[in-house]
Order: sequence, then structure tokens, then C-alpha cells
Amino acid sequence: MNFVANKSELKVVGTRPVRPDGIDKVTGKAMFGADLTMAGTLTGKVLRSPHAHARIVAIDASKALALPGVKAVITAADFPEISSEEAAAGDGAVNFRHMAHNVLARDKVLYEGHAVAAVAATSQAIADAAAALIEITYEVLPFVIDVEAAMADGAPLLHDDIKYNGKPSNITKRVEFKLGDADAGLAEADVVVEGRYETTAVHQGYIEPHAVIASVNPDGQTQIFASSQGQFMIRQYVSKILAMDIANIRVTPAEIGGGFGGKTLVYLEPLAVALSRKAGKPVKMVMNREEVFRATGPTSGGVMTVKIGAKKDGTITGATIDIALQAGAFPGSPVAPACMCAFACYDLKNVRASGFDVVSNRSKIAAYRAPGAPISAFGVESAMDDLATKLGMDPIALREKNAAKAGTKAAYGPVFPEIGFEQVLEAAKSHPHWSAPLGPNQGRGVATGFWFNIGGDSSASVFVNEDGTISVVSGSPDIGGSRASMAMMAAEVLGVPYEKVRPIVGDTAQIGITGMTGGSRVTFATGMATVQAAEKVVDELKKRAAMIWDISPEAVDWKDGEAVPAGANAGGFDPMPLAAIAAKAGKTGGPIGSEVSINAQGAGAGFGAHICDVEVDPETGFVKVLRYTAVQDVGRAIHPSYVEGQIQGGAVQGIGWALNEEYLYDKNGRMDNAGFLDYRVPVASDLPMIEAVVVEVPNKRHPFGVRGVGEVPIIPPLAAVGNAIKAAIGVRMHSLPMSPPKILAAIDGKA
Amino acid sequence: MPRLSYAAPASVPDAIKLLAGAEGLAKVLSGGTDLLVQLRSGRTRPELIVDTKKIPGIIGIRETEDGFVIGAATSGAEIGENAALVAAYPGVVEGTNLIGSTQVQGRASLAGNLCNASPAADSVPALIAAGAVAVVVGPNGQRNVPVGQIVIAPGRTSLAKGEFILEFHLPKPKAKQSDAYLRFIPRTEMDIAVVGCGVNLTLDANGVITAACIVLGAVAPTQVVVEAAAKAIIGTKLDDAALAALDAAARAACNPITDKRGTIEFRTKIAGVLARRAAKIAYDRAGAR
Ligand SMILES: Cc1cc2nc3c(=O)[nH]c(=O)nc-3n(C[C@H](O)[C@H](O)[C@H](O)COP(=O)(O)OP(=O)(O)OC[C@H]3O[C@@H](n4cnc5c(N)ncnc54)[C@H](O)[C@@H]3O)c2cc1C
Repeated sequence: MNFVANKSELKVVGTRPVRPDGIDKVTGKAMFGADLTMAGTLTGKVLRSPHAHARIVAIDASKALALPGVKAVITAADFPEISSEEAAAGDGAVNFRHMAHNVLARDKVLYEGHAVAAVAATSQAIADAAAALIEITYEVLPFVIDVEAAMADGAPLLHDDIKYNGKPSNITKRVEFKLGDADAGLAEADVVVEGRYETTAVHQGYIEPHAVIASVNPDGQTQIFASSQGQFMIRQYVSKILAMDIANIRVTPAEIGGGFGGKTLVYLEPLAVALSRKAGKPVKMVMNREEVFRATGPTSGGVMTVKIGAKKDGTITGATIDIALQAGAFPGSPVAPACMCAFACYDLKNVRASGFDVVSNRSKIAAYRAPGAPISAFGVESAMDDLATKLGMDPIALREKNAAKAGTKAAYGPVFPEIGFEQVLEAAKSHPHWSAPLGPNQGRGVATGFWFNIGGDSSASVFVNEDGTISVVSGSPDIGGSRASMAMMAAEVLGVPYEKVRPIVGDTAQIGITGMTGGSRVTFATGMATVQAAEKVVDELKKRAAMIWDISPEAVDWKDGEAVPAGANAGGFDPMPLAAIAAKAGKTGGPIGSEVSINAQGAGAGFGAHICDVEVDPETGFVKVLRYTAVQDVGRAIHPSYVEGQIQGGAVQGIGWALNEEYLYDKNGRMDNAGFLDYRVPVASDLPMIEAVVVEVPNKRHPFGVRGVGEVPIIPPLAAVGNAIKAAIGVRMHSLPMSPPKILAAIDGKA
Repeated sequence: MPRLSYAAPASVPDAIKLLAGAEGLAKVLSGGTDLLVQLRSGRTRPELIVDTKKIPGIIGIRETEDGFVIGAATSGAEIGENAALVAAYPGVVEGTNLIGSTQVQGRASLAGNLCNASPAADSVPALIAAGAVAVVVGPNGQRNVPVGQIVIAPGRTSLAKGEFILEFHLPKPKAKQSDAYLRFIPRTEMDIAVVGCGVNLTLDANGVITAACIVLGAVAPTQVVVEAAAKAIIGTKLDDAALAALDAAARAACNPITDKRGTIEFRTKIAGVLARRAAKIAYDRAGAR
């Protein structure tokens, strides 16, 4: 389908219908990960390491197994040893050996909360008691939590097989992206700013903990029902970790109570399958919040140095960022995207972004909205603010002067096609917020952000039902309202009302392979598959009408849900509605439907600019966010309310990251705040209404112009809040979170 | 598997008999917003839970000749809706109403907040500052205990086995007497006080402070009555010098720890700030009466 340039031609896209999954969710009927129980279901429980780093000397489960009601205990000995190193998995490379060792520790525990054994029993109480009866003998080892300490000579080493520069190390790799000569560029500058910035590990904080039920039959057929960002991801990972045939595994996606990237890995699924296989009964496992914090991935914290130089007129001549990110216990921080996104908002001739991936005794990090990008943006956008101050320039004007546009070559490689960053900056500048007055102790900050948005493997099918209504199946778990968007796009193509189209998310046996819901890809990529499937249905409908009218299919057009003769020559037939064609389908060739599987190409980059006003209590360091405006180019909003919701949600998570969220460790390397009381995400009363301003510079490689929404809005807030605080108190905060004690110390330090 | 029994006696003697007769750990249940959370997390493992809410009079507020009687298990929501109490003790009520959220307010009680014995309990500083008395019943009869003498250490009270609190007595406030409570948290709700401060002041007709009680929470193992802070403002009209002296006295009384919720330096500094701010609010309220 060709790109629809004229928005006024669209009847369904751009409207705000009610989401199809809404009623079940608000009435409590929706089936989340923990909501399914099968006959004979056992309860699984994980025994976790109390140590940050220790060798497992011996495991004795005999007392646990002797407890009445205990049906199975598993340890790493029940998992095959995986020799293969990196393997392609969906959107990137995955090391299944590491993944398996993260799911169940082998030889060593690498962080507090690392799973060592699991038990299945007839009740939660028995499972809890049994887990406590499993005796593990540990040899406790020195540990390291902090990223720079982990990089230092003599640091306790986590893995024998990780080397850097030929020496055993916790540094797993270094990445570098460059364009031109950054040092020469900096040397040409009239003004240079330089800063060191630190961010902490922050958790995605999804409300629904990880939950799964798995059932393995004696013939190997396995059912898994779980909350995740990818049913096909679970199927593939479980098959690799447990050496099972993929065809034997059927994964049904539960409704998902939030993921934000944190449900792109397996934790419980292989354990539940292995326990079920051993016990011969279904096994259900549900984490508690403490386990979620201690044992699942937050995103990295890190340290970075940023340097930007510019001419007096604001033209940036050179820029560098050097960053080190925590990967957690196994390699794989988002250091590459952190470097790639760092300066992507700007049209620079000379730039260098380099970074280290560093393991330490923390839980393995997982993806979190725009992985890596918010971290580097905190450094870069803080430095841009300092540069504007030093140049005496308006911070938006400085960004406009250097804005990436069509034709800009990004440091990470590509040349941008049409992008909307300049339009975003224009919308921010002309928004009344930017010029509104401020009171005492108040300050305003602005910051921007870039995310690639991605395509990839997606499948969707569209079926015409007997009465002319439409069923849509896609392979993408719906986290942000994508079922509604799929139905809307199918309705648009078919020319039928939205309510006539009912969408579901298929299980792994019902629909073709689909990559995970992540990276802001679903509305673009799965949307493209849905549109193509709907178009094939339209072609078929035209064919059927042609058959009934006895004219050539080329002589039939499709208009507003009806077949019409293409012109006067085609014959004087009355329009034939979809329902009429459906009613005759049995006589014209059988049921009508189509499935499309694609690797979607042509994702369009997204840009955002956020304006934040804060008031700082000079006596306590308390920061109140007074007003927040988030401007973003989304390409085109299929369902504007859900687009705005994504923008608001991302901004809120970014504000939490900026102000109060952090992983705290005690002196034994144990997490000290594994609960929502002391891991402080923002509560509703902490925030003003987040105003989302949607800019639409369509991505012409998607029929309706979609770019993607979910990632960009979490990128600017860290620096937007920091820049506002700087404006309010006159001090640059270099370290997150910008919590009251740190702000008060900064204010007192200034005085 | 260990067993847990639950009883909901309908009279004080029955409740005492159950509590005193229990072999293992017996816990009193009011709203359960602390107890049930601790039960589920495994932090407490009682063998008996005695729910007091069926005891007549343990829920409700009465105004008497001498002041107010608040039933031990009365919810925060009910306390916040009592206009006479709000007028007489705005500080006690605002401290109580800061506990948790709307949902928690429907359950949380003064007795539970006090007997959970957290140094950060939000209703306690203002209750102590108001001179509230707890009516304690037990196997040896009834005794009246000033609220400030109930908590002896974090998580520990002076109540003996079989004893529980039946009600609280608040004296009738004097002509120009009022109170205020402020707490500091990094968010706006659903958090634990990093510092709390209750202030109760009485003024004369000229606006000179004649009596004062300043109580800090979360800066020491138990709530701290800061007598030096009271001395610093008695006889003043809460001018800048008095406020500075109050701030210094509050800071000097702090003996906090550094933990995940705040450092020693931060808690100490905030204690001075909150004491000043709460005193100003109480002063204005007292003056307006
Ligand atoms: C989400 C949430 C938010 C919270 N926020 C706050 C907050 O902001 N500030 C704050 O201070 N607290 C807060 N709390 C803690 C709690 O809500 C309060 O301490 C509350 O006042 C406890 O009252 P309760 O009636 O629920 O006590 P319960 O849980 O019933 O009891 C608490 C303790 O007191 C004992 N006890 C109860 N009644 C009596 C009695 N009559 N005599 C003797 N002992 C008794 C119990 O045995 C138990 O040890 C919060 C709790 C939750 C779950």
C-alpha cells in the first residue's frame, strides 16, 4: 500500500475509539500471568542466593524432598550445559549460556537474589518451607557493585572467561562510534564544556510481577502461559535453555501488566517447565516484588564524561562521550545504543562516542524503554545546557542551530531521511509553556532525545467472518494499546467501522513468528503486516465481486467497505458491501482471509523535546515538578490517546529516574530497598498533568506514516529536570537521583 | 506447618483473657495496615491474632467535659471527619491523616500507629505534644499512660503481656492553644517520614507564647520531646531570633541514624526546618482561636 499523504483521507486512523481490551481489564476479568490454573497445579518457589558473590560448594535437597507435598526440586544439574556462545535471537545476539546461568546459577552465584534451586509443592506454604530446607554450602567470595570499582585493577572477577586487552577483566567489551575528528573539532572551538555524570540502576517497575504456569506432558508437548513481551521469545529461549524442540512448546501470551523492556527475558519460564517435567504436573510460579527487584533486570547505571565545543555562534565543532555502563552479572549493558543515541539529535562533523560494558555483582540488567539512550542523554543534554549558558544562548536556539535534519549523517552510520527534529524544536519554542513566567525558587529546563524506532519480524492475519465482521490476529503482545491500533489500521484499509474489527494477540501456534514488543516497533512493523494482510483481503474481496459480476478483477475498485465497478465501462452494478461478499464466500472459492509475515524495514527515527518547570525548596532540597510539556514527532498517531499515554508514561518514568529512583546496596552487597516503599517511583500526587504535544512528520515508509512512540519520551526527562533544577538553584547536579539530600548538600555547598 | 488462630472477642475481659492466656506470640489487631503487611512478609509470626474491633466503644470519638475520647481502633478517615476534633486539634488530625492513602485511612488507627512503635509514626508526635493519654487495659486492671511513655524502642512498647490500649484521652484545649504537624518525605504521599515534627503552643492575649511542646519523630530510636526547643520560644512572639533558637534546639536534640531513608546530616537539618515551620503554623492557628 502506498503512503497516504493526505490525512483527511483517513477515516479511522487518527480517531480515539475505546480499546478492545479495556472492559476485561477494568472489570478484573483479564487473564494476567498469575490468573490461569490447571487441574493439579503445583506451586513453584525459587531459592535465591543471600550472597553477592559465592562459589556453590554443595547442594543438599534431601530434607526438602522428604517434606510431604514436595514434588520436585531442580538445580543447575537439571539443565543441559550449553556450550554455544552467542546466537542470533530475534532482534539481537543473545548468549544462551549466560542466560541459562542467570536463570539458575551453575558453580557460582553472582548476585544476591540469583536463583540457585527451585522447588514445586502442593501449596505455597509447603514450597516456602521446602525452599528453606534446601541446604547450600557456599564459599563466600569478595564482591564488587560499583562500575568503576569493577573496572579497577585487582577487582574481584566474576567470570573466568572474560578478558579485556588479553587480561582477565570485568570489562566485557568496548564500543566506539565516530565521525570526523572529534579532538580536532574540540580544538577549533571557542567555548568548551566538560562534565562527568553518574546515573544509577533503575527498575522498570512494572506493576505485574513475573508470572508463569507451565505444563509438560510425557510426550514432550509443553504449554506455557506467561506474561511477557514476546511469546515467541519465551518459546525460543526455553527451547535453547532446556534443549527442547520448538514445535513441542506452545506459549500463550497472558495480558501483560507492564514490561517496559523488563519482560524481554526469561526468568521463571525455564524453571517452571523443568519442574513440571520432573513433577509430571503443571507448575505455577509468581514472583513477589522483592524478587522482582533483586533478581530481575533493572537498567544500567553508569558514569560518563561529556565534552562539547562550539563556535561563538553556537555551531558545535566537536563532541565526545566516554561512558561505562553496568551490565549486571553477565555481559550485555545497552552501551552501544547509549553511544549511538548520545549525539544523534545533532548535525555534527566531528564526534566520538565510546563505552565500556562492565559486569559486577548486581542482577543482570534488562532492557528499559530506549535502552541506554536516557543515560547518555543525561550527560549530553546537561552539557548542552551548560554550553548554552556559557554562550549566552537560548537553549532551544542552540539546539536549532545544530539540529539533525534530512541528509544529516549520524555518528552511528546512517544518513537521516526526512525527520522531525526541527519541527519538534519549533513546537517547543512556540508553546506557551516556554515563555510562561516563573516565580521565586523556580526554574525551567529543556532537553531533547532521539530513538531509532525499529522494524523486524512481524506477523498478522486478517479473517473475514461469515457476517462480514473482521478478526485480526497479531503476534505482538499488547502493552500500549496495539490491539486497538491493529484493528484501526485494518478497518481503515477494509473501509469498515472500527467496531466491526476485533483483534487478538495469537499464541505461538496461531500466528507466524513475531519479534518482541519493544523498541517502539509494533505499531510500525506489526502494523505494516496487518495493513498488508488487510490489503490482500481487499484484493480477494474484489476478486470475489468480479466473479459474482462476471467482470475482470481489474474492473473492480474497493471504496468505503464496498466493491464498486471501477468505471462506466465495467458495468452498471450496485456497490456490493463486504458483508454481501462474505455471505457468498462459500460459493465463490471459500473463506476469505490472509496471513502476512514480514521483516519490516524502513523504521523512522523519533525525536522529542521536553520542557520542565520545577520549584526547589531551598531549605529541604525538595523538588516539585510544576509543569511539564513533552513534544514528540511520532510520524502519525494511529490512536492519539494511546500515543499521548505513551508520551506521558515515558515522561513520568524519566522524572522518577531523575528525582528519586535508585538501587541501594548495603555493605554486604545486598539490595537495601527492594520494595516500592523505599524504591521511590513517582506517585500520582507528585506530578502535574503531563502535557503531550504530538508532532506529525510522517514516516513515508509506513502506509499511515507511523514512526513509533514508546521509547523517546523517557530520554529527555533526566536532563530536562536537571536543567530546571540548575535554573532554580544555580547548581548543576551531576549525579542521579537528584534527591533532596543531594540537592540540599549542593545548595549548602554553593553558599 | 505452624498454625495461626484468629479471635474477635466482643468484650474487654474476653480480649484480655485471650491475650493473657496465649502460649506463643499474641498480637492485637486494629486496622491491620501494619500487622497484616508484617504477617505476609514473615516479619512477625504470631500464633494468635486478637481483633479488637468488635469491642464496644473501641471505634468512635466522644467529646466530654474534659476533652475528647478517641477509641483505639478508630480509623484515620473517621478522625478526619470529626469537625470538633479537627477544630480543637488540627495538628493531631493532620498527622493522622498523613498516614498512607485514602484506602489505608479507612483502616489505620491511632493505637496501631503508636504500638507499631516506629520512630517515624506520623500521628505520634502531635499526640505527645497534645498531652494525650492512653487508657491501657490488661489482666491487672486499667492504667492511664501518657502516650510518650508507650514506645520504649523501635518495635517495642511498655505494654505487658495481655495489655492493650482501649482509648485515648485528649484534654480540652485552652483559649489560645493549637497545634501543627509536618513531616518530610521525598515524595508527596505513600512514604515514611524522614523527619516529623509536632508542635503544640498556647499564647496569651498579646500573642506571647506561654506554653509549648515540640516533639520530633524519626530522628532518634523513639519520638523526642525537645524541652530546650520549648524553652527557646516560651515568652516570645515567635520572632526570627526565637525561630533561630528553636531551629538550633531541634537540631541539637537529634540522634538519628544514616539509613536508606536519610543521612544524619540531612535528618538533623530538616528537623530544624520543620520545627520552625510547624511552630509558625501552630502559632497562627493559636492566634486565630
Ligand atoms: C501503604 C501504607 C502506607 C502507610 N503510610 C504510613 C504513613 O504515611 N505514616 C505512618 O505513620 N504509617 C504509615 N503506614 C503504617 C500504618 O498504616 C500505620 O502505622 C497505622 O496507623 C497502623 O494502624 P492499624 O490500625 O492498621 O494497626 P495494626 O496493623 O492493626 O497494628 C499495628 C501494631 O499495633 C498493635 N496494636 C494494634 N492495636 C493495638 C491496641 N489497641 N493496643 C495495643 N497494640 C495494638 C498491633 O499488634 C501491631 O503490632 C502505612 C502502611 C501502609 C500499608
